[in-house]
Amino acid sequence: MTETLPGAAIPNPTDEAAITAAVDQAIAAIAGAGSLDELKAVRLAHTGEKSPLSLANREIGGLPKDQKAVAGKLMGSSRGRVNKALADRTAELEAQNDARILLVETVDVTAAPRRRRAGARHPLSTLQDRVADIFVGMGWEIAEGPEVESEWFNFDALNFKPDHPAREMQDTFFVEPPEAHLVMRTHTSPVQVRSMLERELPIYVLCPGKVFRTDELDATHTPVFHQFEGLAIDKNLSMADLLGTLEHFTRQMFGDEASVRLRPNYFPFTEPSAELDIWHPGAKGGPRWIEWGGCGMVNPNVLRAAGIDPDIYSGFAFGMGIERALMFRNEVGDMRDMIEGDVRFSEHFGMEI
Amino acid sequence: MRIPLSWLREFAAVPAGATAEDVMAELVKVGFEEEAVHRPTDTLQGPVVVGQVLSIVKEPQTNGKTINWCQVRVVPEGQEQALTGEGIDPSGVQGIICGAHNFVEGDKVVVTLPGAVLPGDFRISARKTYGHLSAGMIASVRELGIGEDHDGILVLSRIGLDPEIGTDAMELLGLYDQAAEINVTPDRGYAFSIRGVAREYAHATGTSFTDPASEVLAPAELSGGYGVKLNDDAPIYGKTGCDRFVARTVRGVDATRPTPAWMTSRLRLAGIRSISLPVDISNYVMLELGQPTHCYDLDKLSGDIVVRRAVPGEKITTLDAKERALDVEDLLITDGSGAIGIAGVMGGAATEVSDSTSNVLVEAAHFDEVSIGRSRRRHKLPSEASKRFERGVDWHVADIAAQRVVDLLVELADGIADQAGTDVGTAPDAVTIALPAGFAAQRIGIDFTEEQITTALVDLGAVVEESDGGWTVSAPSWRNDLETKEDLSEEIARLVGYENIPATLPVAPPGRGLTRVQQQRRRLIQALADAGLTEVLAYPFVSKAANDTFGVAEQGAARSAVKLANPISEEHGFLRTSILPGLIEVAKRNHSRGFRDLALFESGLVFLPSGTVGTPSIPPLGVKPSDEVLDALYDGVPDQPLYVAAVLTGHDSPAAANHTPRLWDWSDALDIARLAGDVLGVEIVVSQGAHQAFHPGRAAQLSLRTGEVVGYAGELHPKLLAAHDMPARSVALEFNADALFEAAADVIVARHISTFPVATQDVALVVPQEIPADQVLEALREGAGELLEDVALFDVYAGKGIEEGKKSLAFGLRFRATDRTLTADEASAARESAVALAAERFGAVQR
Repeated sequence: MTETLPGAAIPNPTDEAAITAAVDQAIAAIAGAGSLDELKAVRLAHTGEKSPLSLANREIGGLPKDQKAVAGKLMGSSRGRVNKALADRTAELEAQNDARILLVETVDVTAAPRRRRAGARHPLSTLQDRVADIFVGMGWEIAEGPEVESEWFNFDALNFKPDHPAREMQDTFFVEPPEAHLVMRTHTSPVQVRSMLERELPIYVLCPGKVFRTDELDATHTPVFHQFEGLAIDKNLSMADLLGTLEHFTRQMFGDEASVRLRPNYFPFTEPSAELDIWHPGAKGGPRWIEWGGCGMVNPNVLRAAGIDPDIYSGFAFGMGIERALMFRNEVGDMRDMIEGDVRFSEHFGMEI
Repeated sequence: MRIPLSWLREFAAVPAGATAEDVMAELVKVGFEEEAVHRPTDTLQGPVVVGQVLSIVKEPQTNGKTINWCQVRVVPEGQEQALTGEGIDPSGVQGIICGAHNFVEGDKVVVTLPGAVLPGDFRISARKTYGHLSAGMIASVRELGIGEDHDGILVLSRIGLDPEIGTDAMELLGLYDQAAEINVTPDRGYAFSIRGVAREYAHATGTSFTDPASEVLAPAELSGGYGVKLNDDAPIYGKTGCDRFVARTVRGVDATRPTPAWMTSRLRLAGIRSISLPVDISNYVMLELGQPTHCYDLDKLSGDIVVRRAVPGEKITTLDAKERALDVEDLLITDGSGAIGIAGVMGGAATEVSDSTSNVLVEAAHFDEVSIGRSRRRHKLPSEASKRFERGVDWHVADIAAQRVVDLLVELADGIADQAGTDVGTAPDAVTIALPAGFAAQRIGIDFTEEQITTALVDLGAVVEESDGGWTVSAPSWRNDLETKEDLSEEIARLVGYENIPATLPVAPPGRGLTRVQQQRRRLIQALADAGLTEVLAYPFVSKAANDTFGVAEQGAARSAVKLANPISEEHGFLRTSILPGLIEVAKRNHSRGFRDLALFESGLVFLPSGTVGTPSIPPLGVKPSDEVLDALYDGVPDQPLYVAAVLTGHDSPAAANHTPRLWDWSDALDIARLAGDVLGVEIVVSQGAHQAFHPGRAAQLSLRTGEVVGYAGELHPKLLAAHDMPARSVALEFNADALFEAAADVIVARHISTFPVATQDVALVVPQEIPADQVLEALREGAGELLEDVALFDVYAGKGIEEGKKSLAFGLRFRATDRTLTADEASAARESAVALAAERFGAVQR
């Protein structure tokens, strides 16, 4: 590599043809440079101190005054053209270079490892939150209570007579000794009683939680399961209000097509009492009625037990099973899947339901 | 309750073609849930006909058995065989091989012809066997699915039948009938009868109803019968145990007569086995009228019947041949010999009717629900009778039921009824209820017409009289569940139809949303899931050993825990005082299914009894207890705080290309506990801990700033892991979430954010090995003063260059002032004062 082009004479800075030829030569060399290194050599040769254009430029000082301006103008524009060509080519080559390097750094994105373990909520817990949110949206509040409960709250306050067969049908876990009158709550209704004793009227509360019955675990039974019960105590409430509340809720839960059907039934704590079926438009195998729980107008004895005057206030209550909802809403076929804690069960749901 | 349709049809307008499903679809409208269908033809199909055995040839076999080669006429002599098909002999006589020997030539039997299908999908066809073509089968009751007896074939004369040859045997035996099984709620005792269900069917369909009780002609008064005394000196809740006892006598009864096929068929469909004619009659009348009755062998009775409570030490041998010790609360039927029955529950063996009985005393009594229920529970003797008495029987039907039994004994057992009879007791006052006009409409939300209300109540059997501003309603005697105006409202709504209730949405007053604790709990659970842990829900039932290990830190200190009186399994007879035992079980289950890398957590209540447990008595229903009584109820309920626990086993993530998973270690357990504190805005103070379930050197005690211990975290004890077959180095944590919720600040006060430059300084301190890094850090923080913005431990080193028994802790200190740029000298001075305090407290020497 040489600093001057071999055999080139110093062009006359007033010789437009010679200068243009030198410029064209420089631009051709710039365009021909295939790499940044080559371009560096080209730059030295055509714009370095000993390049024809630099040397010609240096000649301007020795020119007669009348020629200086012409030569200055010619050399300025000529060198400007060369410098611009250099800058453009440099940018081009740098871009090519960058692209080549980044290409080499290519990875297989489909082989990326999963370093973070996605956790999961239990779907019963997620569904319980979902239900609570719907009622909170309606202005209701969420009430909770203990799982081991006084027999009075679980039965007597709810108008279960001490010797009535209905009391036995609850398949109750008793705490030792039975004379202490403690049970594992068989429903979340004791929370309703506590709410009536502790809250100001009117009351609109939802009581979700775990409940216990002495059933052996199998595909459709479990001794520990989850319920949510609602209680509204206000003036002039009727079964129509109960039905309207249930319909609003089930539509939030199962879509606008869902509806509710009531059938006569018996519970000690409500009168009238009803069995609650819901029309589930998304049921597996086609829309159908599904038994989901019980409900009714609060028995006046229950209000009396909480010191509420049944001649002034009336109320309604309902209760549904969360496990059962998970079975028909999410097509869980076996109760044991919800109990055993197999990580595949919860992880399949993730944070959703 | 199982309702044979033929029986129901006698008293209600059930369409001829209606199936059990149709009947259930009607009854469900008035509140009786569908349970099951019982229909013999679902598993039994004809041709099944009456045949007469013409001849029997006994053919001994090489296996020692003798078989019978029978010719059986299945079409009346001289008539054509109308049936056709493979194996049907046009002659009307079938050749049949039979292995049973309990019949003779001339007997009429049930023949299942080729083409018939028997229960168990047993298809009858002509087949070659024992060298003959056997074209059909001579059936036993068991093969027909109508009994358990398989001693031999069914000889029709022995059940009192002599039908024409060729008769459809399924018709003859009532096998075309079917039963609807419905669930009867415990308030509706009256519906444990055809009488009650027929009335309900009429309500559901708006059709007519005939009261079976009205079909029986009972004398208006009875006198001169067997001596009976009602002598209850210890009524329960003030109610006498027996308030009516009707006794009738029938003489010259032939107890050995077969029960007619129509009766056994109905009993069978109703789920009751045929025993003997007198017993079958008694059961039949109970099913029809809902009144249990009992037949005594009159000749085995001695002296007056006295209904009284048992005396201490008294015993009885009941019908099931078991001797039972009686409780003084048991109500008994007694005679001169002592107890002859536990009232309403089970009769005694000594006076029961047998084949040799000729004179019968029929009892139809009315007992107190509570008394019968208690005896039934005490003796674990659920019976059809006790089921009805416990739920309530119509006081006024006793004499009618007795009469019905008498009539059937006369008609079917050839008995002669005595004119004299006994009827003692006092009718309870009729229940009258004031029903204000408009009350039902308000409670139900339907604008009932007056006619709808009175029609519904009259249909029920109530007597309705207009009164000032409403009605006075006398409840029917069989409806002991009707006591209040609310009860009547339900009946009106039920009969008008729940489907007519409109829907209105009441608007709740402005709510307050989730409480703070509810929000904290949600955030905590979600944060743990977001951090990669999987939520599970285990049962709270644990063993005593598990509570003693996990529920209390010090070894050997037994945990006070709630014990269940009737656990599912004795092994898991206690309620948890820690979440960990359940989590470990879940972890093991996952291991056994091939999942070794786990991060599980659960949030749930634990049960921590202290002080008084429960209350010695509970207040009555329907009344608000006094504040003192309520306080005692509240106080008796054990503490049940919310605990959160996690168990981590194996690796933190799945192995993958370019990724080596990390084994969980003790510090992960602490990290998760601290994360829980962070999301709640509560500082968790960690200190070296000791808990018998944890590795003695790798357990942290978790506390609040106040010093309150809230939990433990670290590596589980190696012995415990080995005993549970868990992976070595598995870690766990558990804390009292309620304590954290409570410790969270109500309001977070903002801190000024200084934008002046930071000055960082590192310091390495050599301290004795046993000094916890956390405490040195705390000393630095204190010593540095308010210019210190943050301090963090970034290295721990022991070994070459450090004296034996000591370690070097490297901390990074970040200084910043709120009002100026710190000079290097200011920062150094603060660092020096930090180091000085560490030196003073722990002898720390700067490296």
